Amino acid sequence: MEEIVIEAGTADRHYWKDIWNYREVLYFLAWRDVVIRYKQTVVGFLWTFIRPVLTMLILVFVFRKISGLTSGSTPYPVMVFAGVLPWMLFSSALNGGGASLLGNSNLISKVYIPRLIIPTSTMAVCLVEFAISLLFLMVIMAWYLVAPTWRIITLPFWTALALLAAFGPAILIGALNVRYRDFNQILPFLIQIGTYVTPVGFRTEFVMQRISEPWRTLYALNPMVGVIDGFRWAICGADFHIDWFRFATSCITTLVLLCIGISYFRRVEKTFADAI
Amino acid sequence: MANPIIRVENLGKKYRLGQENRAGTGLRHVIEDAVRNPLKFFKGIQSPTEEFWALRNISFELEKGDVLGVIGHNGAGKSTLLKLLSRVTEPTEGCIRLRGRIACLLEVGTGFHHELTGRENVFLNGSILGMSRVEIKKKFDAIVSFAGVEKFIDVPVKRYSTGMMVRLAFAVAAHLEPEILIVDEVLAVGDAEFQKKCIGKMEDVASKEGKTILFVSHSMASVRRLCTKGLLLKKGSVVQLGKVADVVDSYVKALNTDDGATSLTEGEKDFSFLSIQTRQGDGTGSTVFNHDEPIEIIIRYRTKREIPELALDMLISNASEVPVFTVHRSSHQKKNIPPGTWEAKITIPALFLIPDRYVVSLLAHVMRRETFQTIDRAVSFEINETGSDMDGYGTRFGSVMVPFRWEEKAS
Repeated sequence: MEEIVIEAGTADRHYWKDIWNYREVLYFLAWRDVVIRYKQTVVGFLWTFIRPVLTMLILVFVFRKISGLTSGSTPYPVMVFAGVLPWMLFSSALNGGGASLLGNSNLISKVYIPRLIIPTSTMAVCLVEFAISLLFLMVIMAWYLVAPTWRIITLPFWTALALLAAFGPAILIGALNVRYRDFNQILPFLIQIGTYVTPVGFRTEFVMQRISEPWRTLYALNPMVGVIDGFRWAICGADFHIDWFRFATSCITTLVLLCIGISYFRRVEKTFADAI
Repeated sequence: MANPIIRVENLGKKYRLGQENRAGTGLRHVIEDAVRNPLKFFKGIQSPTEEFWALRNISFELEKGDVLGVIGHNGAGKSTLLKLLSRVTEPTEGCIRLRGRIACLLEVGTGFHHELTGRENVFLNGSILGMSRVEIKKKFDAIVSFAGVEKFIDVPVKRYSTGMMVRLAFAVAAHLEPEILIVDEVLAVGDAEFQKKCIGKMEDVASKEGKTILFVSHSMASVRRLCTKGLLLKKGSVVQLGKVADVVDSYVKALNTDDGATSLTEGEKDFSFLSIQTRQGDGTGSTVFNHDEPIEIIIRYRTKREIPELALDMLISNASEVPVFTVHRSSHQKKNIPPGTWEAKITIPALFLIPDRYVVSLLAHVMRRETFQTIDRAVSFEINETGSDMDGYGTRFGSVMVPFRWEEKAS
């Protein structure tokens, strides 16, 4: 029979194995979030369309109509939507993960499940939402007669990258939120800033042409720059290409944030039940 | 001898009080600390805070099939112990060795979501408590029929009554089949019938399936009935560990903080009550009794002259101020009281008053003519529920236990 030893400081000997053993809980929590999300809303899934579409329309209006930016041979709305998709995924994952621990405080203070499962499970709702928005992307592409190329099959990779980019900061903020509720206020603000700083409503090149070197690298440190470049490359066709330097920089930031997030999370998760 | 299924060694859990006591624990304070005392902050030195050991030096072992009742006052560390055992929080020192799957019922319905239906909640809750999907599917029907909510299983639980929700939650947990089950006060909710069912189920789990149970409760009756061993905690340390009857006994005795003696304000008239005391059979003063022991009430009074037709009455009322009975001196003593100081003893037999809180009132009067002294609530005492016939029924079903017989024959 397996022996469980509970001792100060040694709880994490089987950390990752434990999470694997609890994978069904992860599934059920994710399923719960999805079910609840659509249970009591009148128009249900429609909400999932409304948010990205409205965002897209506003961004097109501001950057195309008012600022007069162009997007090469790709219709501007398609280009913007290809950026809005991953950005929405990123921001809702960040939001959901950041709030998840406080939102499930009864789980944390009453039963043992590996804590990391809780923020992870919230990613599922974001993915469902993302999948629905993808359908709308098809509609827009058909409307503007943009034919998908073989590159579209790389979308799962870019999607995973967007989730990874969100996951590190999400668990970091989620863990900080348990002790310092201030992050509840900070997070929406950060996301709002991000919407303008990240090339969602315009091409990355538009920024790159206007700034010089130290700033270009700094700009690329934003993990979503590489992801959005990837999305546009996969969706919009020949006008867009991947800048490998920017891609690598984004990946490194993602990785660093992930490491910071996980190590902070593991350091403080044992006291969640006492602090929450 | 087989290895114990639970071995707890020198377990301790420390909480910091200081931080919680501050106006807030927000980011502002961290920044404030960093600015005020940067050196200290970066070395990671905490400002001195009050430490508090919720538990310390706890050691015990449990074998397979043991049912341990954990008892103690509020704040004795019972819940902390369960939280440590169920891995909700980490110990500060010491260690716990568990051999086998552990499931805990720290407040039933953890993870229940109001918007989800009963069916969905069974799956969600079951998986949170550690069941696999296949396992839940297999036991689903048993769970639903145990809870008795078949008709409502596809209704969101927000439409359930509290009782239904608790029943469903307990049913899920009861079908877990862990090697170790931790139960905390679940029986406090639900009606008498369901409580019986729960206790029955737990007895089954312990005796037939040989599972180990840790049970925390304030109900001495349930503890006594269900448990084989008792663990009495006080201020975070073990006071007693042993047979459940002994431990419950010493807990109940320890509840006694006074000897039940009360001096009464003397009346100005020719007659006056002086004092009243409630005692156990052996003569020690007490205000807390088990339902199966007699209660002696000792009343002292003084007369300055012989008062013709003076009647003394002692009235017992229950916690809801409903009079239960009165004992008249005149039914037992025919003569008038000569001048002097007297002591009367009235014995309430064991197994008579049902567990509740009672107050004693005294009255000295000459019928329809003169009242010498009235003392409402002269003293109060408590009878503990330690497994009486009325357990689970409560005061709605009567005030006294009677030895009347229920005879039956075929007709």
